[in-house]
Amino acid sequence: MKFKHEKIETNAGLLIALTLIVVSIGGLVEIVPLFFINETIEQVKKADGTEAIRPYTPLESRGRDIYVREGCFLCHSQMIRPFRDEHLRYGHYSLAAESQYDHPFQWGSKRTGPDLARVGKKYSNEWHTQHLLKPKSVVPDSIMPNYPWLLKNDLDYSDIGARMKAQKRVGVPYSETDEEYETNVKRFGEEVAAYLEISAAEKNLLRQAETANFDGDKSRLTEMDALVAYLQVLGTMVDFKSYQEGHFSEFR
Amino acid sequence: MAHAGASKEQYNYDVIRKFAVMSLVWGLVGMSVGVYIALELAFPALNFDIPEITFGRLRPVHTTLVIFGFGGSALFATSYYIVQRTCQARLFSDGLATFTFWGWQIIVLLGALSYMLGYSQGREYAEFEWPIDILITVVWVAYMALFVQVLRERSQPHIYVANWFFLAFILVTAILHIFNNLAMPVDLFTMKSYSAFSGVQDAMTQWWYGHNAVGFFLTAAFLGMMYYFVPKQAGRPVYSYRLSIIHFWALVFLYMWAGAHHLHWTALPDWTSTLAATFSIMLLLPSWGGMINGIMTLSGAWDKLRSDPIMLFMIASLSFYGMSTFEGPLMSLKSVNALSHYTDWTIGHVHSGALGWVAMISFGSMYHLIPRLYGTKIYSLKLIYTHFWLATIGIVLYITSMWIAGIGQGLFLRAFDDYGNLKFSFIETVTFLHQPYVWRAIGGIFFVAGVVVMAYNIIRTINQSRREAAELEARIAAKMANA
Repeated sequence: MKFKHEKIETNAGLLIALTLIVVSIGGLVEIVPLFFINETIEQVKKADGTEAIRPYTPLESRGRDIYVREGCFLCHSQMIRPFRDEHLRYGHYSLAAESQYDHPFQWGSKRTGPDLARVGKKYSNEWHTQHLLKPKSVVPDSIMPNYPWLLKNDLDYSDIGARMKAQKRVGVPYSETDEEYETNVKRFGEEVAAYLEISAAEKNLLRQAETANFDGDKSRLTEMDALVAYLQVLGTMVDFKSYQEGHFSEFR
Repeated sequence: MAHAGASKEQYNYDVIRKFAVMSLVWGLVGMSVGVYIALELAFPALNFDIPEITFGRLRPVHTTLVIFGFGGSALFATSYYIVQRTCQARLFSDGLATFTFWGWQIIVLLGALSYMLGYSQGREYAEFEWPIDILITVVWVAYMALFVQVLRERSQPHIYVANWFFLAFILVTAILHIFNNLAMPVDLFTMKSYSAFSGVQDAMTQWWYGHNAVGFFLTAAFLGMMYYFVPKQAGRPVYSYRLSIIHFWALVFLYMWAGAHHLHWTALPDWTSTLAATFSIMLLLPSWGGMINGIMTLSGAWDKLRSDPIMLFMIASLSFYGMSTFEGPLMSLKSVNALSHYTDWTIGHVHSGALGWVAMISFGSMYHLIPRLYGTKIYSLKLIYTHFWLATIGIVLYITSMWIAGIGQGLFLRAFDDYGNLKFSFIETVTFLHQPYVWRAIGGIFFVAGVVVMAYNIIRTINQSRREAAELEARIAAKMANA
């Protein structure tokens, strides 16, 4: 029997069913395996056997929320590609593992400004605060907008517990029970595990802000504190010097 | 005839008129915001230290207003028009149709306001936070029900080709929207949510969404528009029925594989991005199939290009469609992408599609559609010519300045000196971008000026239709009085 397209275009139900089948294949083939192929995300361990990549502390996580709120990703990527110029400019190319706790990912698609995947610890807290207040004061040709309100706004951390719980529900290993805490101690070490405890979120957030004093003003806890805390941790979790050259290329 | 109310019409034109007018309103506002953020990049003082209008918050306002406000409203209008006329059946519920109208307008408005207030999912073209996402789902289900019900009640045995494209667009948009917006709200009374996926999987899902928002929302659906209005305006049948079948199935199949070309050289596994590049190159064929089918529909009626400015819009849009669907596969090659990615070349490419194809075919279709909806003729053909040239000059300025900006910055960033050190610091490339950014803004101003001319022309057309209706009524009344 000869096939005729007429059969499809005279039957709305058949047209719908066939369209659904045809459009589903590509997505299924490309997305579903990413959840099941183990090599998709590298295992990055420190010398003592704990995991190098950890979830964000409460303060860093609030900083990340502000990063998303202001749309920083529209001009700054967080994804270094394996090219020589990018290596010289930004450092080692980004690993999949490094954004495994990023909900949502902020790899970005445009660099009107430089990549930020490894900006952490490259500049001082004072530099970041000054730069966010008035970029031109430290980079005269910068076209980045000023963000004076970050220093004016007190950081709202009243719902930090709820924010961490929501992230826990989508897979970030923040802990609520003793059992989860113990698992975190094994995975990340005691110091990190303490920061991941949801019941201690507020205390931890204040403690980190107090000790580091990111925005230079000890008297207040501002949005600037949180955002700078986040920027300062970007790309600093993996110590690439402790791995042999080419170690990570087997995952590509 | 002219004084017949919406309820007496054979088809529901009332909702179409509403969507058609709003597409122009959102187009004007959204493109003006585009010009403003372009100027912010050229002259950063325009951010004025005001959080709500700072570039990072205003950019999604621009994309949302033009894609979902302008493009979305134009698609609702034309799909309701085309599906009713080609199936010779009426939308089954006026109430539900009106609901899709108000629902969609509220979604677009809430989206724009919420980004300015700092609520964003941080995913390009899917910035709407979860409560708005739920509203979108509800409106979309209503839209799907209306559309499919017309197909089922059609009095024609065949479903016209334009409707295949609209149907695919409606189905795929539903799938993309739901899966890409899976998120966990902080609690029921806050807008903030965290994406269900993270890192690699989140990136892949987002660009599967992002690319197919382009492929189905901004391409397949507008091909549906093209398949009705180009033959109508040309007064000729579609060039090849067989080509439309082949390119439809190939297009909807291949598009869904191409998303990962937005993630070349990233931490996404190489197998995925290689697969995406392969399918992106194959995608050239069905894309050009559509372009050829549209342009060749004019064969035997080429003289219309001399006398009909609406036809100019349509043919120019198909040419830009062909150009940007050639540029797309080119940029999906890994070696080209290594240079083009993260630069303004991408922005230029998007706009040659968005301004050249999407906006131009919409303008052409609206010039055809709106006078018919209001039972009159267009107020001024001359002004359509003016609009056409303003738009064309605007696009050319826009994309050439973005080629210069993007390719230039890409080359600067990978330049080394004789000792193998980086030749330029990043900030030197930013200084270089200033001039192209100014020219891009000028291009945008031309394009918006064209839309202003169109808005004037359409307002005069609608007023003219009201006056004609009133005159007719007066004449009938006079006749009745004499009799």
